[in-house]
Amino acid sequence: METIENKKIVVPGEVLATGMDFLPSSGTYRDKDKIVSIYVGLTNVSGRVIRVIPLRGRYMPKRDDTIVGKIMDMTFSNWFIDMGCANMGVLSVREISEFVERGADLAEYFSHGDYVVCKISKVTRSSVDLSMRGPGLRKLGPGKLVQVDSSKVPRIIGKQGSMISMIKDKTACRIVVGQNGTVWIQGAPEDEMVAAEAIYKINQESHREGLTEEIASLLEKKASKNKPLTREDEEPIMERGRNETE
Amino acid sequence: MKRNDGRAPEELRKMEAKTGIIKRADGSAMFRIGETIAYAAVYGPRELHPKFMQNPEKGLLRCNYNMMAFSGSGDRVRPSANRRSREISMVIEKALEPVLDLTAYPNAVIDIFIELVQTDAGTRCAGICAAAMALADAGIPMKDLVSALSVGYLRNEIVVDINGEEDMNEGATDIAFACLPITGEVSLLQVDGEIKKDVLLKALDKAKEAAMKIAEVQRKALKERYHDKHDA
Repeated sequence: METIENKKIVVPGEVLATGMDFLPSSGTYRDKDKIVSIYVGLTNVSGRVIRVIPLRGRYMPKRDDTIVGKIMDMTFSNWFIDMGCANMGVLSVREISEFVERGADLAEYFSHGDYVVCKISKVTRSSVDLSMRGPGLRKLGPGKLVQVDSSKVPRIIGKQGSMISMIKDKTACRIVVGQNGTVWIQGAPEDEMVAAEAIYKINQESHREGLTEEIASLLEKKASKNKPLTREDEEPIMERGRNETE
Repeated sequence: MKRNDGRAPEELRKMEAKTGIIKRADGSAMFRIGETIAYAAVYGPRELHPKFMQNPEKGLLRCNYNMMAFSGSGDRVRPSANRRSREISMVIEKALEPVLDLTAYPNAVIDIFIELVQTDAGTRCAGICAAAMALADAGIPMKDLVSALSVGYLRNEIVVDINGEEDMNEGATDIAFACLPITGEVSLLQVDGEIKKDVLLKALDKAKEAAMKIAEVQRKALKERYHDKHDA
């Protein structure tokens, strides 16, 4: 069996392997005996399975993803939420944790321009349904918003949330990372800046080796004087996203 | 026979390619072949307006080809869509469609804007090359890249990648050609002029060969964007 280089940069149409020894997974397809990439991305080989992880791209909604979105519009019974993808998400009044009385003004709950954390409950051809029932799913308060590529989210979270908890500890900020690449940061203004800088850096250089150490030293240099948040201050949301798989 | 710019019959003009040059676009690329320079920007998949154009079965690929006012070698190019640019926009859409799976984007659109800042024949082909790279750069799943070039038949000889002067020749036949480099599948073929069947087939073989060289340039440019930071 031939060996395939891991974390190699490939382009669409590039042949990753020939023969039947390997299995095509996400980001690849099989053309007769060849396995071909469909993204500009990094190869990821585990055993016989080949994947290509895209380096860029818009967010594509997936069931059970936790996202950070903006309220764009509302009707009598729904909110429409922008998640940074082609179709808007629909959040029904029945899907929020509070009780909403009949005929109530929905703007009293969430109004235009508010940011919320939701979970995608269903994806169909014509719509994306959202839900706000679950731990940590809520309206977000004042804070800083950072937009990154959705394909970089696993890297920002890190293995078992290692990267994001490091940033949170060192900057004493509350952070919510949506799978759609929208990141909400809340803390002292200078701490928010440091956290945002670290997140931007990960977004830009996710394909580099030794990034974790670089982020660690960046945070060390600009470390916050504030005490890290304790478990009680934290919200359970932060470990909810899909983690880096390796 | 020597060509007017000293190239061999099967020699391409000098090529240059870059990706990620337009910051606000989801994906972007520049492709230069000789004196023809094309820029492409991709936006989307995003919501499609006007709404009546939305299709719940399939997304739309919408392409806009434009020659900038100062891009020609003669008179100022009038800056509006005309019959020619609309037709070219349409053939570029058709040339790129085979590599995309538009059913993944119901009610949405992928917009491609192709701007030519300098032209010397082969603009639609340079546009396709740039657009294919911009699509890949935007992280849109693609079966393959698309590589395009023009082949000519003039003075009883097949010449690859004709330039503006050759294109102007009396009786020159200009063939615009695009293919998917791994399968060799043809996605664009336009012939302007007269040509015999056997000559055309021969010309297409040469075009395919040359397209492989273009594909190599495209691949390199797509990777370079990330390699730079490796060294930094």
